[in-house]
Amino acid sequence: MEKKKTILTRRSLLESGVRGACLLALGGVAGFAVGKARRSELVWQLDPYKCVACGNCATYCVLAESAVKCVHSYPMCGYCELCTGFFDPDPRALHTGAENQLCPTGAIVRTFVEDPYFEYTIDEKLCIGCGKCVKGCKTFGNGSLYLQVRHDRCKNCNECSIAVACPSGAFARAPAHRPYRLKWMNQSG
Amino acid sequence: MIVIAHAVMCLLVFAGPSDEPGTGVDTQRFPPPDFDSGYTLPVTTTPAPRAELLMYLDMSLLLVTLSLAAYLALKVRNRKALFTLMAFSLVYFGFYREGCVCPIGAIQNMTLTLFDKAYAVPLVVIYFFVLPLAFTLFFGRAFCAAVCPLGAVQDIALVRPVTLPAWLDHALGLLAYAYLGAAVLFAATGSAFIICEYDPFVAFFRLSGSFNMIVVGLSFLLISLFIGRPYCRFFCPYGVLLRWLSRFSRWRVTVTPDDCIQCKLCEDACPFGALDTATPEEAPLPGGRDRKRLVLMLVLLPVLTVGGALVGSRLGEPFSKMHARVRLAERIQQEEAGLEEGTTESSKAFRDTGEPVAALMNEALAIREDFVTGGWLLGAFLGLAVAGRLLRLSVFRRRRDYEANRAGCYACGRCFSACPIELERRKPGGAAAAGIDLREYQR
Repeated sequence: MEKKKTILTRRSLLESGVRGACLLALGGVAGFAVGKARRSELVWQLDPYKCVACGNCATYCVLAESAVKCVHSYPMCGYCELCTGFFDPDPRALHTGAENQLCPTGAIVRTFVEDPYFEYTIDEKLCIGCGKCVKGCKTFGNGSLYLQVRHDRCKNCNECSIAVACPSGAFARAPAHRPYRLKWMNQSG
Repeated sequence: MIVIAHAVMCLLVFAGPSDEPGTGVDTQRFPPPDFDSGYTLPVTTTPAPRAELLMYLDMSLLLVTLSLAAYLALKVRNRKALFTLMAFSLVYFGFYREGCVCPIGAIQNMTLTLFDKAYAVPLVVIYFFVLPLAFTLFFGRAFCAAVCPLGAVQDIALVRPVTLPAWLDHALGLLAYAYLGAAVLFAATGSAFIICEYDPFVAFFRLSGSFNMIVVGLSFLLISLFIGRPYCRFFCPYGVLLRWLSRFSRWRVTVTPDDCIQCKLCEDACPFGALDTATPEEAPLPGGRDRKRLVLMLVLLPVLTVGGALVGSRLGEPFSKMHARVRLAERIQQEEAGLEEGTTESSKAFRDTGEPVAALMNEALAIREDFVTGGWLLGAFLGLAVAGRLLRLSVFRRRRDYEANRAGCYACGRCFSACPIELERRKPGGAAAAGIDLREYQR
C-alpha cells in the first residue's frame, strides 16, 4: 500500500507538470492569436469590382437558394429605356414580355418614371443571384446592377463555398460591422 | 420641430452605410438623369448580419454547457442528465446555430492566423477553440460528453452498439491524425478548410446542403446506429487534440464511485472501445517475445517518422493543386504553352486584371514550396502517430481495475449505470445504509 502511494505521487507529479506545460502552450497559442485578433466577427462579402458575373454564386452556395442576390445602385443607374441588364441583347420589343427579358426568373421590375426614363428594381424573392443582368449592365451600361451577399440569408460558413468556386477571387471576409461592399460610394464623374 | 428634424438628419447620417466600398472605379456610359417629376431615388437595402450581441450568448452558453457537462459527468454521474444536456447542445449549437462557430472547424482558423499575417481571427473563434481544450486538461472530454452537436447526433443515434475488434478500432483511429494533419496543412497554406467542407452533419443542422454532403451525412448517421460515434472516433481532428490533453486531465470519469469489485458488468457498457479491462490475476508477466516486440517498435519509431517524411515530401506537389492560385498558374502556363485552347472563367478573370504572369508563377512556386515543406512535416507527423500508437500497444501495464480509457473516454456516462456499486450508491437507503459492504463480495 505504501509503495503504491509513492508511485501514484510520482506519476501525478509528472502529470501535473505536463498539464502545466500544456496549459502554458495553450495560453501561448491563444495569446499569439489574441495579439492579432479582431473584436468583431467576420462575414463573407464580394467585391463587385472584381466580380465577373460568372454565375457560380447561384449554384455554389450551400443554400438551395443562394444568399447572393443582385442589388441596384440607383444613383449610378442611367434609367435607360433600353436597359442592357433587363433586356436580351437583341430584344423583340422594349416591353416587359418574358421573351425580351434577360433575367431567367423575371426578378427585375421595370417601372415607368418619366419620359424617357424607367426605374429598375430587384424583387429579391425571385432573384437567384445568377448575375446575368450584372453582366449585361456591366458590359454595355453603367454597372449599377451588381451582386452582394445578403446577410439576412447568408449562413456565414467558416469557408464560403462560393468563395472557393469564385474564379476571380472576389470573395473576402469582411468585419461584421461593415458587411457590404457597395458600389455607389466611388463613382467617377 | 426643426431641431428634431436636424437631430433625425444627424442620426441618419451617423447610421448611414458604413460599408467599405469595393475596389475600382465605375464607368458612367449613361449619365444619371435629372428628374422633373419629383422622383426620389430608392435606397439600396443592406440587411444586417446576425447581431453581435448574440455572439456573447454563444460564448456564455459554451462556458455553461461545458461546466455543466463536467459537473454531471464527474460529480453527479448521471447519464440521463448528460443526455438532456446533450440534446440541448444539439438543438442550440446544432440546429439553432447551424453548426457554426465550432471548435472543430476553429482549428483551421487558428492555423491560418498562425501562418497568414493578413488573417486576423475573430476573438470568438479563439474562445471556442481554447475553452474546450482547457476544460479537457481539468475535467476530461466534457466537450465531447454533452456539448459538441456532432457528437450528440451520433450518440443519440446509437441504438444497437456493435463492438469493433481492437485492431480495427486502433487502425481506423489513426485516420483522425491524417485528417488533422491534412486540415492543418491546407489551412496553413490558405488552400481550403477541409474540415468545414466535409463536415458530415452540417447539412442536417441547416436542413439544406449539396447532394454529396447529404449522402456523407446519411452514411455517417446510418453507421452510427451500430458503431458508436464513428466521426468522433475515426475522423474528428479536434478529437485528436482532446485525446492528447485528456491523458493529463486533473479529474476524470471513473466507472465505479468506490473500489472496483471486478464484476465485469461495465465491460460491455462502453460502445466506444474506451473501457480498459483489468489485467487478470493469472496473466503472465511480459516475456522475451513481448520485450522483443517493444524493442522492434522503438526501432520502428524513427524509421516510420523518417519514412513518413520522405513519402510526405512527395505528396507536397500534388497537394498544392488544392490551392486556387496554383491551379490558376498551371492553367495559365498551359495556355501560354499552347497546350490548352481558350480560357476558363478564372484564367479569363486573371487576364482581365492585367496582373503580370510572372508574378503569378512566382506566387504559385512559393506556395508549392510551402506545400513540400508541409508535406515533409505531415508525413513525419503521421509516421510518428502510427509508431506512437504501435508503441503504446506494445507496452504492458498491469491494471488493477476496470477503468475508462483516459484518452478515448467521451464521458458519455453509459458505464455508470452498469456498475452495481454505482447503482447501490444511488439507491436511497441502499447498500451503504443497510450496512452491507459490497467489497466483501470482491473476487
